[in-house]
Amino acid sequence: MGYLSSILFAILLAVGFGYFYLNIKKIIRNINLGQEVDRKDNPQARWKNMAMIALGQSKMVKRPISGILHIIVYAGFIIINIELLEIIIDGLFGTHRIFAFLGTFYDVLIGSFEILAGLVLLAVFAFWTRRNIIRLKRFASKDLNGFPKNDANYILYFEVVLMSLFLLMNASDLHLQNIPGGFSHYITAGSYPISQFIAPLFNGVSSELVMVLNELFWWLHIIGILIFMNYLYYSKHLHILLAFPNTYFADLNAKGKFNNLESVTNEVKLMMDPNADPYAAPPANENAVPSKFGASDIQDLNWVQLLNAYTCTECGRCTSSCPANLTGKQLSPRKIMMDTRDRIEEVGKNIDANNGVFVPDNKSLLNDYITAEELWACTSCNACVEECPVNINPLSIIVDLRRYLVMEQSAAPMSLNAMMSNIENNGAPWQYNQQDRLNWKNE
Amino acid sequence: MSEVLIVPTMAEMLSQGKQPEVLFWVGCAGSFDDRAKKITKAFVRILNRANVSFAVLGTEESCSGDPAKRAGNEFLFQMQAMTNIEVLNAYEIKKIVTACPHCFNTLKNEYPELGGKYEVLHHTEFLKSLLDDGRLTIEGGQFKGKRITFHDPCYLGRANNIYEAPRDLIQKLDAELVEMKRSRANGLCCGAGGAQMFKDAEPGNKEINIERTEDALETKPDIIAAGCPFCNTMMTDGIKNKEKEGEVKVIDIAELIANAMDL
Ligand code: SF4
Ligand code: SF4
Repeated sequence: MGYLSSILFAILLAVGFGYFYLNIKKIIRNINLGQEVDRKDNPQARWKNMAMIALGQSKMVKRPISGILHIIVYAGFIIINIELLEIIIDGLFGTHRIFAFLGTFYDVLIGSFEILAGLVLLAVFAFWTRRNIIRLKRFASKDLNGFPKNDANYILYFEVVLMSLFLLMNASDLHLQNIPGGFSHYITAGSYPISQFIAPLFNGVSSELVMVLNELFWWLHIIGILIFMNYLYYSKHLHILLAFPNTYFADLNAKGKFNNLESVTNEVKLMMDPNADPYAAPPANENAVPSKFGASDIQDLNWVQLLNAYTCTECGRCTSSCPANLTGKQLSPRKIMMDTRDRIEEVGKNIDANNGVFVPDNKSLLNDYITAEELWACTSCNACVEECPVNINPLSIIVDLRRYLVMEQSAAPMSLNAMMSNIENNGAPWQYNQQDRLNWKNE
Repeated sequence: MSEVLIVPTMAEMLSQGKQPEVLFWVGCAGSFDDRAKKITKAFVRILNRANVSFAVLGTEESCSGDPAKRAGNEFLFQMQAMTNIEVLNAYEIKKIVTACPHCFNTLKNEYPELGGKYEVLHHTEFLKSLLDDGRLTIEGGQFKGKRITFHDPCYLGRANNIYEAPRDLIQKLDAELVEMKRSRANGLCCGAGGAQMFKDAEPGNKEINIERTEDALETKPDIIAAGCPFCNTMMTDGIKNKEKEGEVKVIDIAELIANAMDL
């Protein structure tokens, strides 16, 4: 049995991690469909952001209830990973509680895992209630209809199953540890503040059966973890991984600073310099794709914007603070992010189906996913950017899509066109003469 | 008013061989909008009183390009920016103050990459520095005990993390500063930003400025203090909509200071 189970375990791990690896590679490829943007400057500030925001959850606790509940579940997640190390070693080498030699430290470790597992169960119950019974507005919105709503619940059920299996595994182990004279390899190790209350359940059951159950819980636990890990790719729960790079690569500039399009700068300079010879300007790069002004599809966005889309947790904090959304307009920054991810996935599948090249599908992020009406409702107030617990910037996508509407399609609302021609002709958004600029002085 | 405002232009300064301490960037609203012009004048009165050597560009000023940029017209924005930068650089401007957070933001953050590098201050920051340096003193308790709530302009607050300067100034008035439930980084937009000022709102069930005015009215204020000409318009409209114009006034911080100084 010993070798057989080791081999079985090794295969299981290989399949679990192998599939995970393939999907991660796909995500990286898809993110690289985006345009280049430099986010490598100032590593110090970037590490700090990552430590504070992703690791330290500093933006989560701005809403204290969900913040604290989230920290519990997050700690539970980290612990699963530490515990995973022991599981992997035990599984591969047929050992049992390999770290037990750590003695008291091991007791403390297992004890705190247990307490956290218990807290996670409570937190998950609270989360589930908020979503399904209290129906908080930001979780009951139509953005989430269909899979996103179920996705959130699936994850909660996953947590319950994983934590329960963990506790059952410990409880049965404890039961076997306590058999006078010792039973098989169940040495006395660890401390069990929670599962000690579950262990009596096994009283009166034959030791052999409890051992089988213990093995079963152990296997189900690790299988559950592997399935969970691979489910991430399909889920908003990808954020447990991507929150880290996402906070690292986030924009460090003042929120009010929008990027200046370089392609435009070159053209404007040519237009403004009477001595410039338009024919003299060499094309910067022969192979460069003729650049579009603004973005109509995901390939026009930059890779950080695409990373943002994969990282979005669909928490809706952005939408619940968006003035346009609050006043009943179509715009929802969360939907902007979800649409972007959906479109990236669609393009990715297209590439997979066509041997690595994208075959135009007559669709685009703009119009097929995000409408002009949504875009024009944005006041560029940055509330969504401020709120996002993982430093996503929905506004940057909105602006890039608007740029396409205006500069490529001349499709701004009429009143905005009037405003722009006023600026062009009079140097002011209203129809006043530039020569009257100082009139206030004598009025 | 028969008052005399001293408002030199850069061209005049140059012809006298002088360089002012600071350029006052008036902005389109401050130049043309009737309500905003009062803010402009109040600010100039304070500058005059404090003997600040300043100048304006006058007819050489043009739109900063902010509404074009937020609307997505990067071409028009950069044309405006580069034209303005040429003028500003020709006058060797080092320091700029403006009463419009939109001009402030774009001059401060978006001009440098295009060749326009200046120290840019919002007028609340500048006024605060005048007070701190003792160049300005506020006396008189005309606002003593008045309930004043401050509406954070998005382009000053969230966009540039300036929350305290306007509040410090209000506190100097011996007034009671009351905070709305959404304030500072959590402040709610007045609805005018991102070029919304120049178009109708998309269909919804409420106007944003009404939602924001309700936030303000919840604090039972005597005065809603503003730091942006566009917020000022939006909140004033909101107050009119709620038929509260008899009880609540929307006043820019520069006007509050000027009034407190009896200017
Ligand atoms: S920036 Fe636009 S999308 Fe974001 S909160 Fe403000 S109005 Fe909503
Ligand atoms: S963009 Fe940020 S705040 Fe908005 S739903 Fe996604 S994770 Fe939440």
